[in-house]
Amino acid sequence: MVKEIERAGIHVVHICTVVPISLTVGANRIVPAIAIPYPLGNPSLDMEGEKEIRRRILNKSLEALGTEITGQTVFE
Amino acid sequence: MSKFRVVHYINQFFANVGGEEMADYKPELREGIVGPGIAFNAGFKDEAEIVATVICGDSYFNENLETAKKEVLDMISSCKPDMVICGPAFNAGRYGVACGTVAAAVIEKLNIPALTGMFIENPGADMFKTKVHIVSTKNSAAGMRDAVKIMVPLALKLAKGEEIKSSKQEGYLPNGIRVNFFEEKRGAERAVDMLVAKLEGKPFTTEFPMPDFDRVEPAKALKDINNAKIALVTSGGIVPKGNPDHIESSSASKYGKYSIANVTDLVEGEYETAHGGYDPVYSNKDPDRVLPVDVLREFEKEGKIGKLHDYFYSTVGNGTAVKNAKKYASEIAKELLADGVNAVILTST
Repeated sequence: MVKEIERAGIHVVHICTVVPISLTVGANRIVPAIAIPYPLGNPSLDMEGEKEIRRRILNKSLEALGTEITGQTVFE
Repeated sequence: MSKFRVVHYINQFFANVGGEEMADYKPELREGIVGPGIAFNAGFKDEAEIVATVICGDSYFNENLETAKKEVLDMISSCKPDMVICGPAFNAGRYGVACGTVAAAVIEKLNIPALTGMFIENPGADMFKTKVHIVSTKNSAAGMRDAVKIMVPLALKLAKGEEIKSSKQEGYLPNGIRVNFFEEKRGAERAVDMLVAKLEGKPFTTEFPMPDFDRVEPAKALKDINNAKIALVTSGGIVPKGNPDHIESSSASKYGKYSIANVTDLVEGEYETAHGGYDPVYSNKDPDRVLPVDVLREFEKEGKIGKLHDYFYSTVGNGTAVKNAKKYASEIAKELLADGVNAVILTST
């Protein structure tokens, strides 16, 4: 899906837990997530702690969108 | 002659440990045969025997790739096997990645032959088909019998160190290695046969399939993110409560488009996930964990992004055919372009 969206000319970043899968399907801008059932959260933290995780991952995603790349790049 | 010692790697589901709620199950070594190992062992007859089974939860393996790989490898190595069989994983993505990882590591690190099986669209197939023999299976466990029939003789050949014939003859996914053999008919004759078949509209098989280089050039950096309109798309199956479009929990035949025009936070009871194949408890409790509307609204207010698009798009990635996923995404992209969306954040579970 990431690839088709990029092919259509829209900037796209993929947030996912299993990065090797994202690399295989051909996403170019990849931001690793936390866990499969909660990519952007962590139920062992409180509400604010979880939001902090989301902010960090989403800030990273915006950074990825704004970065010039020449090939597949994982933004750790 | 003594029997070959085989270790079998399977996930929590096939070991009957549990479903998604047990996907965090840590590696366990059990003596003897578990689950699908029965069929393999029967197929091996007097030539080989499954001496132990290593079981690991699919989420645990994929989320702790390096640790899990080492733990599983240590368990396998402690059994001193002659051969390792992983799966088959059919179309289960995380299981396929686990099977491929384990089989590849067994070959590379332990220097022991290994074999796995999966459906051609399993992401593990593309990742490992050049490193491991992967038998081509159906997309569901209904294909177990057929898979075992092909895997047993191939496993025995690998264990004996016999010559492995071409992918077509042995039933594994093409791994890029060419095998020389003598054709009965000469090239010109085969070419004419193929042409005649083609003209008559009959099936024919090319002798040189073109490699599938389906890559997309990365887009330029997005400038002016502060003014960009950003849309959320997910394969994690987040939908309004009740799943109004009845998106299937696996092999989704559709996607949904839902307004979040006045929504600042996805809360329990109003949104949920339609996705099967991962434990839905966490995303139902707080759907922002999959589709982060709450923080993107904050970003919007802070001026970090221009605007969060009024609609999000959602489908279920679980076992969904690549062809369908492509179709959904290109339809979604067309709409997003028409709506003036500059960038997409796509989340996957």
